[in-house]
Amino acid sequence: MRIGSRPSSGFLSWTIEKRLDAPRRLQFAIPAFSLVAALVTGAVFLALMGVSPFEAYSAMFRAAFGDGYGISETLVKAIPLSMAAIAVMLCFTMLVYNIGAEGQIFMGAIASAAVVRYFPVDNAPAMLLTMAAAAGIAGGVWAAMAGYLRARWNVNEIISTLMLNYIAIHLMDYFVYGPWRDPASLGFPMTAPFPDAARLPLLFGTRIHMGLFAAVFLAILFLVLIRYTRWGYEIRVLGENPKAAGFAGINYVRNVILVMFISGAIAGIAGMCEVSGLQGRLQHGFSAGYGFTAIIVAWLSRLNPIAILFVSVLIGALLVGGETLQIVMRLPLSSTLILQGLILFFVLGGEIFRTYRIRFRREDA
Amino acid sequence: MTDDAENALLVAMKGVTKRFTGVVANEDVDFDVRPGEVHALLGENGAGKSTLMNILYGLYHPDEGTITIRGVAKNFSSPRDAIAAGIGMVHQHFMLIPSQKVWENMILGLDDIPAILPRNEIVRRITDLSEQYGLRVDPMANVWQLSIGEQQRVAILQMLFRKANILILDEPTAVLTPQEAERLFKTISQMTSEGHGVVFISHKLDEVMRITDRVTILRKGHVAGRVDTKSTSREQLAEMMMGERVPFSISKPAIEPGNRVLEAERITVLGDRGFPAVNRLTLDIREHEILGLAGVAGNGQQELCEALSGLRKLESGNVVLDGAAISGLAPRTFIDRGIRYIPADRKGTGLVPNMNVEENSILKKYWSHPVARGYLIDWKHVFEFARSLVSRYSVSTPSLYTPVRNLSGGNLQKLMLGRELSDSPRVVIAMHPTWGLDVSATRFVREQLLEERKNGAAVLLVSEDLDELLALSDRLAVICKGELMGIIGDPSAVTLETIGLMMAGTPVESIANNTGGLEQCG
Repeated sequence: MRIGSRPSSGFLSWTIEKRLDAPRRLQFAIPAFSLVAALVTGAVFLALMGVSPFEAYSAMFRAAFGDGYGISETLVKAIPLSMAAIAVMLCFTMLVYNIGAEGQIFMGAIASAAVVRYFPVDNAPAMLLTMAAAAGIAGGVWAAMAGYLRARWNVNEIISTLMLNYIAIHLMDYFVYGPWRDPASLGFPMTAPFPDAARLPLLFGTRIHMGLFAAVFLAILFLVLIRYTRWGYEIRVLGENPKAAGFAGINYVRNVILVMFISGAIAGIAGMCEVSGLQGRLQHGFSAGYGFTAIIVAWLSRLNPIAILFVSVLIGALLVGGETLQIVMRLPLSSTLILQGLILFFVLGGEIFRTYRIRFRREDA
Repeated sequence: MTDDAENALLVAMKGVTKRFTGVVANEDVDFDVRPGEVHALLGENGAGKSTLMNILYGLYHPDEGTITIRGVAKNFSSPRDAIAAGIGMVHQHFMLIPSQKVWENMILGLDDIPAILPRNEIVRRITDLSEQYGLRVDPMANVWQLSIGEQQRVAILQMLFRKANILILDEPTAVLTPQEAERLFKTISQMTSEGHGVVFISHKLDEVMRITDRVTILRKGHVAGRVDTKSTSREQLAEMMMGERVPFSISKPAIEPGNRVLEAERITVLGDRGFPAVNRLTLDIREHEILGLAGVAGNGQQELCEALSGLRKLESGNVVLDGAAISGLAPRTFIDRGIRYIPADRKGTGLVPNMNVEENSILKKYWSHPVARGYLIDWKHVFEFARSLVSRYSVSTPSLYTPVRNLSGGNLQKLMLGRELSDSPRVVIAMHPTWGLDVSATRFVREQLLEERKNGAAVLLVSEDLDELLALSDRLAVICKGELMGIIGDPSAVTLETIGLMMAGTPVESIANNTGGLEQCG
């Protein structure tokens, strides 16, 4: 289908036409080109801010990948991002729009902190497994509530999951400002540090924690689940054509609730990893909006779990590089957000070339 | 042709060529429409009819060739331009917005609509047009709640609403009853008498012979012939279409039907709008039997089929399979017990357009051995299965990994048919199985249904094509407003007129007495 055309000043005009099939080589060429275009546009913006774009980009790159510390910081950010992205990817596959991963991360964090506070044991594996289970159930139930409302009364899950985010975020604030506040924290909104048994082991003497393995494991697990199992087939059919799914006897209600529960559970465990592996306590604002950024990651990865791992590292690097922009270049935080936004804008905008192509033609008239 | 003659043409397409990746859909095609004529465009599925008309409608841009409308060269860049030039198209798959009401669909894509929609004005115009052209439809109804037949009326109205004077009708009668088709033909002749031009795409040779003035036959993207309707015959047209003679008759061996397999006992089913669509209906289908179901579109056929295949809840009554009530069980159980349903809406219900041939081939069996091994799907097995399905049912597809949205209507149907029939079903419920298919695909589908009959299946065939019903059915049921007008034990012994009366709402028993007071159905 042609969606527009414009004769140019000369004899050449262009039209946009629908492709029947996207060539395979474009799978990577389009996002790569979009990324470059985003960086070029970002360069214009940086230049307007009075900063040398080249300097800024190289500082960002060095900060994110230049040394062991940079790489570890990038990965530390990539871990919760990728886990949350896998969570939302699962829902998106079924065309259920869970944008409440942030809230589910918070619920997981609250639940794991509750376990530490009320049921501490001095055995690391037992402690950590209990925390993970509690986090998974808390995040899962939080999301499944929206799933149930969707299945039972057709309540829009975008609205319900979004609203549940704020409830979860403020619920955690209630605990860290109120009953769970560490008396020794000098008034900061945080709980007491977790005991060692409740800390995820760190790797290679860096801040990278065991959550890294969890993220990789989940990516592979869900790749297999979605591509090779009956259940994965069911949720793909549900996502692509709910009518055909009903025709094949696939249960929509059960699957919406199940998928939301699993999605929330993964996000909850991401929250647990963050407080147990990185922060070592529950504190105000511990998540840098990972649950929201995860939506971007899932889309950029075209819902492919393995691609999510790589895209998470890329976005993690952008976050780390952005911090450098603030420190070294004295640019405001929003400059990083603008760069992120540009990348999303270009990559999603570039999608049009997967389904459409531009054709140039000579006008005879 | 002189310039004057050329200027008098409503549409003149010259040397039109259109290629898609690796496929030539149209090559050097000439086509024109004169004022006041019905010009038929005939050809098998994939012959390039739809592509040619999509070019005329501005959906595609031709690679080569020119389009002239009333003597003025045009270069349409979108349907908007084509509409502005007075061209209207009613597609096979209607371009309507299901979630909106009928009247809201009328103004889709129109430019000069005030910001505050003049609803009453629009509704009034719809009512006028409906009456003028005999296209009855409720302007306030939601489109998704309408039957396919009613949706087509909306689509036609949409074009009339835009004052199109070149109307392209893609398989318009496929979803209409004889009576409705008659009314459509009146609409068409009214349009042509006003000097409008109509392009009539159809596979029904009888209709083409009856209502058209000229016929252009496309074969494999080329013009295979152009004739005046007066000077041709069905056989000649069929021959030009296929390039070889294909016999029209179909042989149906006599088989004694066996036990009752599927029974509906006084079932009542609600439609999407919450009113009873099927009303205390009773019928049974036996082994080795094809039960035909005739009726005007939207008289409860779809709801009945869905109830019999477990997809729609019964309000009352029972569905019985092999003597045991199965109503209320999960749809999956109906499938597992061997009830197969071939829905009319292939892309919307029967298949998953964005998934590939392989993935679509297992929609009805992905949970059972050997496709499934425990929780896993054995894709190696699926590949073998899909490959055998594609070859057994001669589905023409570039590969097993092609998304089925890229297949033509005939191939979609063959794929779906193959999937539903591949493991000897007990019951086959087929709704409009030959709708929009070309002659050879139609023949193939019918043969498959007869093959199932031979193998002992109980077949329910819902069709709008009376010739098809009479040729295939062992018994013929007629439905009107969700009620059974009667079952004819020997379809060959009754006249078309009788069936028409029943479809219009006369119970079979009162026809013998010839009671009057007919109420038009649909």
